[in-house]
Amino acid sequence: MGIAVEAVIALVKIAVVLGVVSLVVAYLTYLERKIIAHIQQRLGPMRVGWHGLLQPIADGAKLFLKEDIIPDKADKVVFVIAPIMVLVPAFVVYSVLPFSSTFYITQVNIGIFFILAVSSLGVFGIVMAGWASNSKYSLLGALRSAAQMLSYEIFLGFSIIGPLMLAGSLNMQKIVEAQSDVWFVFYQPLAFVVFFIAALAETNRVPFDLPEAETELVAGFHTEYSGMKFAFFFLAEYASIMVVSTVAVTLFFGGWQGIGWIPLPGFVWYVLKLGAMIFVFIWIRATLPRYRYDQLMRLGWKFMFPLVMANIFLTGLVKFLFL
Amino acid sequence: MFEVESSTRVERSSVVPGTEELIINMGPQHPSTHGVLRVILRLDGETVKDCDCDIGFLHRGTEKIGENITYTMFIPYTDRLDYIAAPSSNLAWVTAVEKLFGWEIPMRAHYIRTLVAEFSRISSHLLWLATHALDIGAMTVFLWCFREREMVLDLFEHAFGARLTVNAFRLGGLFQDVPQKFLDLSQEFADLFPGRIGDYETLLTDNRIWLQRTRGVGVISADDAIDLSLTGPILRGSGVRWDIRRAQPYAAYPYLDFVVPVGENGDVYDRYLVRIEEMRQSTRIIQQCLAQLPKGPVSCKVPRTIKPPAGEVYHSIENPKGEFGFYIVSDGSETPYRVRIRPPSFVNLGGLKKLALGGLVADVVAIIGSIDIVLGECDR
Amino acid sequence: MELAFFYLFAAGIVGASLLMVTRANVIHAALLLVLAFLFMAGLFVLAGAEFLAGVQILIYAGGIMVLYLFSIMLMNVGVAVRLRQWHRQSVLALAAAVLLGAEVWAVLGRGGYPGAKAWGWGLGQTPGNVEALGEVLYTKFLFPFEVASILLLAAMIGAIVLAKREITR
Repeated sequence: MGIAVEAVIALVKIAVVLGVVSLVVAYLTYLERKIIAHIQQRLGPMRVGWHGLLQPIADGAKLFLKEDIIPDKADKVVFVIAPIMVLVPAFVVYSVLPFSSTFYITQVNIGIFFILAVSSLGVFGIVMAGWASNSKYSLLGALRSAAQMLSYEIFLGFSIIGPLMLAGSLNMQKIVEAQSDVWFVFYQPLAFVVFFIAALAETNRVPFDLPEAETELVAGFHTEYSGMKFAFFFLAEYASIMVVSTVAVTLFFGGWQGIGWIPLPGFVWYVLKLGAMIFVFIWIRATLPRYRYDQLMRLGWKFMFPLVMANIFLTGLVKFLFL
Repeated sequence: MFEVESSTRVERSSVVPGTEELIINMGPQHPSTHGVLRVILRLDGETVKDCDCDIGFLHRGTEKIGENITYTMFIPYTDRLDYIAAPSSNLAWVTAVEKLFGWEIPMRAHYIRTLVAEFSRISSHLLWLATHALDIGAMTVFLWCFREREMVLDLFEHAFGARLTVNAFRLGGLFQDVPQKFLDLSQEFADLFPGRIGDYETLLTDNRIWLQRTRGVGVISADDAIDLSLTGPILRGSGVRWDIRRAQPYAAYPYLDFVVPVGENGDVYDRYLVRIEEMRQSTRIIQQCLAQLPKGPVSCKVPRTIKPPAGEVYHSIENPKGEFGFYIVSDGSETPYRVRIRPPSFVNLGGLKKLALGGLVADVVAIIGSIDIVLGECDR
Repeated sequence: MELAFFYLFAAGIVGASLLMVTRANVIHAALLLVLAFLFMAGLFVLAGAEFLAGVQILIYAGGIMVLYLFSIMLMNVGVAVRLRQWHRQSVLALAAAVLLGAEVWAVLGRGGYPGAKAWGWGLGQTPGNVEALGEVLYTKFLFPFEVASILLLAAMIGAIVLAKREITR
């Protein structure tokens, strides 16, 4: 067993995860379109394949073949790098996610912290895209997005401290194992609420989709993008939805651990829980209007920030007194 | 974005600016200006410092066209004014011309006109609610509203053979009586619609985000609204109980029982509530029209060539968007000497600056939505 | 293997930093600085300090640099590009750089930081990385830690006061 063999195994794992995740992310768009369509009492994609099942593939082919437009006054290099900068962190994060007790690419001691750190890089791509496009709508979108993601990253980070204090580890596997009796969502409901809201904001989802609020800023930071570059932004968005859903499942819903004595493999449990989380994301998109920029900031700093702080304090107090 | 003429050394002071004001052209191709409206916004950060409307992208010279064609030929042109509520525009024109002649219109025609005009109000308000909600980010309401609007358009198709530009009425009454199926389907719709309004309201009326986005936004006092000669739901949203259907009744409105809803604060939310209630009242009017619908002819006797007496007339009706009027000067020939249109959207849009100043960009979107403009009659 | 990665990251840091200070466009410079930070995080990982690597990315790259970009974007980059990039202080700066370089050389010549071992946790101690850091931070280095946080608090309050005055004026 030399380094070469290990490297090959790792590469195969990476290839499998990357391939599966790309496909799943593509089908997430299909899922979203179908679910929203049925909430809105229409059918959604029906033409390509049975019940439109081949729609994401058709979309992908279309986006690949589209003309790639770079605006004349754009900063060409940054304009091209930006979508990559958005997509790469979103996918790198998958390297530490525990899909089941045995299947994962790598295990790092700072697992959850790694996820936070790497996904915080995604905002660069957005800021770069907005600035490089040299368009006012893009710039406004990028500014909004930078402010929003920076603020909500803080709440996201603080909201997971509660569960981490209970688990006593940053390692994703150990966090899951710590929940073999009771899921942390029951110990940490406040933290979960804040985490979920912050996650919606982090992934630019309704009701916090201000950076790409199409009715105000046309399309926000990706107004000037087309073809595959445009697709990159969307792939990254859906990939991040998967990531935050995974983190939520891992931290609050016991990861791949089953409920009661129902004999299902860990991976199935994981997928079920992930699916439920993603469904809630989509459900919310179909239901709620959009917040205004100042209201978003107020909600974050004046409501959620004190809440997470209180949660950390309470958790510490309880842990100190009773455990 | 920042162009500098000189390519040599630049003074340091120009390198470190304080904060810059950003001028944004919203439209004419922008998703939330509801047509080809161009709003020039001067922004400090996201706060609106100045706001200017640039209109006329859809100008087709309708008033001038009116001087060159006969009174009957002008009816389809009115379809293209407020194309969201075409029968309403038709009604304004035919009632104005009939006033010029002094014709007596049969009651059945009056009732059917009222019925169709109220359907057009519902259709217009549905489109308004759909786009307004979408502007603020509520996507589902948009599609639900279009589901019901589809039913209304189908009704128009049953009665007049067209869906959008229906050319519904003729001088002196109707072209022909409406089919029984239209009446049956209307009854069906009127029974079903109040429940659907309830559906929209569950998504919006008590929604915290919706309240935060609309309450206290775009406030205008009753006095200001009157000074700017705003009409329609904007005026009523500010608490002024002025509705031409009540104040200067026309068609079958004198015989019908309905409430004119008014708001209190004159903000976007109150305008929303007023329009929602107006849809309920419209349904009530439709129910009454269907119940009371008299039998008889649908048109009075109209001469082959229509030559009105010389003179002038102004007649206005309550369009879904506000006061929609025609001022006609006749010189006794087959064509009008002068046609002047009093468009509600054009006048209401004049209030945009007052409403938008000091708000945020996101508010401008909500306010334009709450004014409910249609550029067809704004630009004419 | 590790050595190869070390040289890769080190070369990355040097290259990105050099490019950064020579760029006329401030945005490009800022982005290159981010790149340098990422390579630095790589170095931390090689040294077994995963937590520090995470902090490096999260705080410096993901937080501070975004704020930098944020303010740079609002400035007149087009004009800044045309500015003369060198001025009279360049001789002085060069002298300072040489001096600093000499100092670093001298310190390195003495054989690294002898105090590092005395902190009680070697760099290679991977498993309890975070615990070890927390332990040291809240016992041995509690005082400097608190001083640093008070310093930051003061800076924050100062910034708020300065910004507030701007608005009310």
